[in-house]
Amino acid sequence: MNHPTRLLAAAALFALAAPASAADKVSDGVVKIGVLTDMTGYYSDLAGPGSVLAAKMAAEDFGGKVLGKPIEIVSADHQNKADIASNTARKWFDEEKVDVVADLVSSSTAGAVMPVAMEKKRITLLSGPATTAFTGEKCTPYNVHYTYNNWMLANGTGREVVRQGGDSWFFITADYVFGKSLEEDTSNVVKAAGGKVLGSARHPSPGTTDFSSYLLQAQASGAKIIGMANAGADTVNTIKQAKEFGITPNQSLAGLLVFISDIHSLGLETAKGMYLTTSFYWDLDDATRKWSKRFLEKHGKMPTMVHAGVYSAVTHYLAAVKAVGTDDADAVIAKMKATPVKDFFAKNGQIGPDGLHRHDAYLVRVKTPAESKYPWDYYAIVKTIPAAEAFPSVEAQKCPLVKK
Amino acid sequence: MSRGRSPAAWGYAALLALGLAAPFLVYPVFAMNVLCLALFASAFNLLLGYTGLLSFGHAAFLGSAAYVTGHAAKVWGLPTEVAVLLGTAAATALGALFGGLAIRRSGIYFAMITLGFAQMIYFLVVQLPWTGGEDGLQGIPRGKALALLPLDGPLTMYYFVLAAFLGGFWLVHRAIHSPFGHVLHAIRENEARALSLGYDVARYKLLAFVISAGLAGLAGSLKAVVLQFASLSDVHWHRSGEVVLMTLLGGMGTVLGPSVGALVVVTLENYLAGAGSWVTVITGAVFVVSVLAFRRGVVGEAGAFLRKSFGGVKP
Amino acid sequence: MIQALSGQLLLGLINGSFYALLSLGLAIIFGLLNVVNFAHGALYMMGAFAAWMGLEFLGIGYWWALLLAPLAVGLVGVLVERLLLRRLYGLDHLYGLLLTFGLTLIAEGLFHHFYGNSGQSYPVPGALQGGFRLPFMYLPIYRAWVVGVSLLVCLASWFVIEKTKLGAYLRAGTENPRLLQAFGVNVPVLRTVTYGFGVALAAFAGVMAAPIYQVQPLMGSSLVIVVFAVVVIGGMGSIAGSIVTGIGLGLVEGLTKFVYPEASAVIVFMVMALVLLVRPAGLFGRER
Repeated sequence: MNHPTRLLAAAALFALAAPASAADKVSDGVVKIGVLTDMTGYYSDLAGPGSVLAAKMAAEDFGGKVLGKPIEIVSADHQNKADIASNTARKWFDEEKVDVVADLVSSSTAGAVMPVAMEKKRITLLSGPATTAFTGEKCTPYNVHYTYNNWMLANGTGREVVRQGGDSWFFITADYVFGKSLEEDTSNVVKAAGGKVLGSARHPSPGTTDFSSYLLQAQASGAKIIGMANAGADTVNTIKQAKEFGITPNQSLAGLLVFISDIHSLGLETAKGMYLTTSFYWDLDDATRKWSKRFLEKHGKMPTMVHAGVYSAVTHYLAAVKAVGTDDADAVIAKMKATPVKDFFAKNGQIGPDGLHRHDAYLVRVKTPAESKYPWDYYAIVKTIPAAEAFPSVEAQKCPLVKK
Repeated sequence: MSRGRSPAAWGYAALLALGLAAPFLVYPVFAMNVLCLALFASAFNLLLGYTGLLSFGHAAFLGSAAYVTGHAAKVWGLPTEVAVLLGTAAATALGALFGGLAIRRSGIYFAMITLGFAQMIYFLVVQLPWTGGEDGLQGIPRGKALALLPLDGPLTMYYFVLAAFLGGFWLVHRAIHSPFGHVLHAIRENEARALSLGYDVARYKLLAFVISAGLAGLAGSLKAVVLQFASLSDVHWHRSGEVVLMTLLGGMGTVLGPSVGALVVVTLENYLAGAGSWVTVITGAVFVVSVLAFRRGVVGEAGAFLRKSFGGVKP
Repeated sequence: MIQALSGQLLLGLINGSFYALLSLGLAIIFGLLNVVNFAHGALYMMGAFAAWMGLEFLGIGYWWALLLAPLAVGLVGVLVERLLLRRLYGLDHLYGLLLTFGLTLIAEGLFHHFYGNSGQSYPVPGALQGGFRLPFMYLPIYRAWVVGVSLLVCLASWFVIEKTKLGAYLRAGTENPRLLQAFGVNVPVLRTVTYGFGVALAAFAGVMAAPIYQVQPLMGSSLVIVVFAVVVIGGMGSIAGSIVTGIGLGLVEGLTKFVYPEASAVIVFMVMALVLLVRPAGLFGRER
């Protein structure tokens, strides 16, 4: 072979080598995102198939590829059982090359998956879980708590409601870790804002359909506000029965964790006047309306904040992967924390060093039927809570990973 | 008890070979999960298939052992074997307590008493602070086998579990193919007659119950170490229902049936994980079909088929 | 204190009458057919959904639904009995239980697939809205209606089974079906009718529940084991037993919710275990 040919051969080899090294940077040649959610149980409407759809929309909108490699979305049902969640995540990481897990929905499943993800060095994007400690004492280097947490709910609803005059509270609480911590967080906020907590009743969950007894206790206490530290079917039944027992004209209900899917199933006649805090509302502005209408077409229902959070988190993740040129967890998470989030979901979003995504939140009041002009016109925005007030500060969170 | 090289002995040898090769063929954690649940179902079958007692609360033994083992390993830092033994002992003690009270009744009343006790255990687990409520007990360390071999690797953990499973299974097999087992069988067929023949029926039933509870506890303890996790679903009555399905599907009056049933159910759950509500519908359909057409279960039907084809005697 | 307690006891009574209505169907099916009908919770749910679907798609109001929903679901029950349950008579109780458990899963899964989990809202009928301002609490008219109707239906059923000729046939059919058949009574048809009736009772309870609880696929699943406990405590052969026990347990549960609410879901089982240890066949039952 003479020199020009050798040179040509070398150049060809070089050309072939270059994309190969880029391919090595994306593990297994595909960016696989696993949506682990509750498809059949109590939280399937606020997350579930809608979350999977949101992730798929995010992948599509991103172009279906990142760094020349395809994006694949897989999903599984953890049925709200921590052990199924843990096993599925482990299998995904060990066998099926999943790079990141999204949604998770409930705090117990998230708490089970986060240690597994940390061990295997994969990112978790929490959209549904609420436990504040996930970016506090239980924080992990690969976790992002994206959509909301108990602190946000407690402060948003608790503080604002006290400011508006609701200074005596009685709690109806789901008797498990989530409910009790939500009650505790909100009690602290109410007391700090100058209010009083007159009592609480803890009901078994699931397993309670009749709340009349607890509502009667709340009524007897004379509290101005009945705080519902529960979620899903429990909250819906409590609200319905509060109306039935004539509680609502004299006392107000504060829904500590309520989603638009709950309001939709209750109807405005029953839910009107209730205060709640949310990270997202479809009818906020043109950008949210545009995205939500696309979602509505495919899903048949308007998105909850969990759905919108999944879309935004997945998009943010993909953008970070593209920017750093690899899907290696350490590099990507660093980039995610370094880049502010500016999309229809978060106007001023920033993922802190503890993994908590701090963004604006909204205190809303459920409209009366007369005020509602078109389908899904459910919320009146009472106040926009800026990110710094809506979420606890990095110092307050005390995540052990954050260096002082 | 085998006369020379019976077909049963060859069958068991083949299964043993499969068991030894399993971690190389399938995902090891899946295989370990199957083994734990197979042991659970075999223990349950000792009571149902061989003594004729349907317990609705067997999850209490599985789950309480899991939590005790988890706590012992994680908080007290005990070696793995000790933690597992502790969990098994707890389940055995619970079995003696519940069994002693429950066997006074029979049939559906017995079943409901066991359900009642299991619900009380569930309530206790939710209320106790150290169990973690719906978050469960997480981060249970796997520790070391015999204080030498670290169990973090899937292979070492698998063979540890396999050894324990074989021990438990052997115990069930021995119990069934012994004079004790024959009395249990007699009690199942006709309790009044067994009583009239002079057997202390209550004592036999209690012993069967305690053995069943203890082995279920062993299964739970192993599961906690394998998955490094103990959760509420281990004590929920759905888990008690699941073991009934496994036993029915696999074959109630057979030794291998429950293990086969466990394999089928775990595989189905894995395979159908993405199917949403259809999983529930399919599980229900499987129940219905099994009860109507398939009462002898997989192993039972296979055994009957082999007997017809080859005319030999199957254990 | 007395005030608060009276309110809780009244609520307990209301819930108790509801339990009585639900356990009545279960007791009838077990007492007369020896079938442990685990599908009772799912049938209750189907009754509620039937009422909702009647309103949503056909404009059928509450009052008609009270009659039509139990008929519709009862028909489903009749089909289940003729095609499936019939094959299991004479076998161990276990199989009937497993079959009906399987049917429950199928029903819950299907409804979940089509309707999701948040549930549907069903309004309280116009004539029954509002309430009485009692000194110790506000009692919704609808709840008073529930107590009244439940007790009425329970008493009527008890009367039919214990005091009429039809009831006598049903009871005879349990004791000795062959002899009854020899007397010319069509026992298989009698069995089908009985199962259908028990199912219709469950569905009726579902329609009553629709305005107060969200109509969702899992609404019966946590109720079913409680109702079982009620029937077992009352004595599985005794109709009167399950009625009395249902009400009694409603009161006990109500008190628990006031004193130690965390235990309100498990108290029924504690009582059941206690009763069964002391009185083997339940409070009013006869051991078979």
